[in-house]
Amino acid sequence: MFSISNIYYEFRRIWKAISLFFILSGPGLVVMIADNDAGGITTYAATGAKYGYHLIWFLVLLVPVAYYVQEMTVRLGAVTKRGHGEAIFAGFGAFWGWFSLIDLMIVNWLTLVTEFIGMTSALRIFGVPPWLTVIVVCIVMLIMVVQGNYWTWEKIAILFCAVNLIYIPGAFMVNPSVHDVIHSGFMPHMPPGGFTNDLFFFIMANIGTTIAPWMLFFQQSAVVDKGTKEKDIPWGKVDTFVGSVITVVVAIFIVIVTGTILPGVDVDDAAQASLMLMKTNKYAGTFMAIGLFDAGFLGAICISLASSWAFGEVFGWAHSLNNKIREAPWFYGSYFLSLITAGCVVLIPKAPLVLITLFVQVVAVTLLPAALVFLILLLNNKKTMGEYTNTLWQNIVTSIIVVVIVILSTLYGISALFPNLFK
Amino acid sequence: MIRSFFSHQFAKVQEINRKYAKPNVEMSRWVKSSLLFLRLYLILLVCLLLYKFITLL
Repeated sequence: MFSISNIYYEFRRIWKAISLFFILSGPGLVVMIADNDAGGITTYAATGAKYGYHLIWFLVLLVPVAYYVQEMTVRLGAVTKRGHGEAIFAGFGAFWGWFSLIDLMIVNWLTLVTEFIGMTSALRIFGVPPWLTVIVVCIVMLIMVVQGNYWTWEKIAILFCAVNLIYIPGAFMVNPSVHDVIHSGFMPHMPPGGFTNDLFFFIMANIGTTIAPWMLFFQQSAVVDKGTKEKDIPWGKVDTFVGSVITVVVAIFIVIVTGTILPGVDVDDAAQASLMLMKTNKYAGTFMAIGLFDAGFLGAICISLASSWAFGEVFGWAHSLNNKIREAPWFYGSYFLSLITAGCVVLIPKAPLVLITLFVQVVAVTLLPAALVFLILLLNNKKTMGEYTNTLWQNIVTSIIVVVIVILSTLYGISALFPNLFK
Repeated sequence: MIRSFFSHQFAKVQEINRKYAKPNVEMSRWVKSSLLFLRLYLILLVCLLLYKFITLL
């Protein structure tokens, strides 16, 4: 009798914890899964096609990288109640504030264009014309925010995050050898051919897609908009950790799909990979295309919000998803303006879309190091962070991660400028 | 109307500049050197972009 009541008590306790997690989770899950955006899906598809399962172990290493960086935004947002843009203004003055805000606006808008490229190319596979995709996507995004409730927006976003898991059944459909995946994927080793310039390029690309500037701004603003308090920080950390695990799991399954069906094939974009997959396995290819659309959609909702939140914080406009449109016209106006203009660019005949995609990488490296360095410095400001200031251990870990990210993403950006540098 | 919009925005920018004129992070040697690194890093990137632009022309 005693043991039954004990089991029941434990069950209630765990169930309560799970329920609380689902209430408090959100920003971490959404930002991490949206990290697998259209550009990210292309990178993982190309990695799998080029190196098979040999770089899966490297993707696993990206879990702590993503977690440690994004976890800092949770603490900073919960303690200061400021988004990253406003925190930079307050912490380092107007010069660095304007630099970050304007750079964020440019890089986010360009990234938004790449998300629309991903979404339109994915739905074109099913015969949907790009203009229809752009219109429907803008309408759905309008519906998501007009109800004037952060919680509802977040739960709808999590539903779209769940669609991102479509790559998992997709991988099972192509019947990969579990033995090969475990032995050549999860045991750290150098891929066949050794350390070449190509391998270095793929490592840079995978690191480059793990942390993007908009992620820092988005999660910190989302934490503030959600009303996360200091006592909720542990839950925010769990949320971020679960999100970082899911994002890497999805990346691994994409690598498994293309590594199984398209080994040795040069993949330029995920839509092309979907078409090639369809020739071998119709459903796997279809799932890849659906996942690409969903990835672009998730990226677009987060990126456009990251810019609007940052502008609202700095200019003092009402900038919460809990506001109705008439209460926060500038916030929603900038959100739709960035969405519609980015969507229209994709519809321009002969628009230099490849050039825009390359330019994103270059512009991103002008903002990412600054945003990361500011993040660490702000987390070391005892005056504002109090007991949530970075510990010595956190400083060592995050500094190493930031230095590696800055070096590799810079080299990645430079390789976009000078393509023959690492060839 | 357009003129009043821009003059309002210009006044807003000036107000933001005044509000954030004094950084609230203590400018220790570590912070100063980090900001110096960022400035040099950005100058290097701008030089690379300019070089690429000039060689493309």
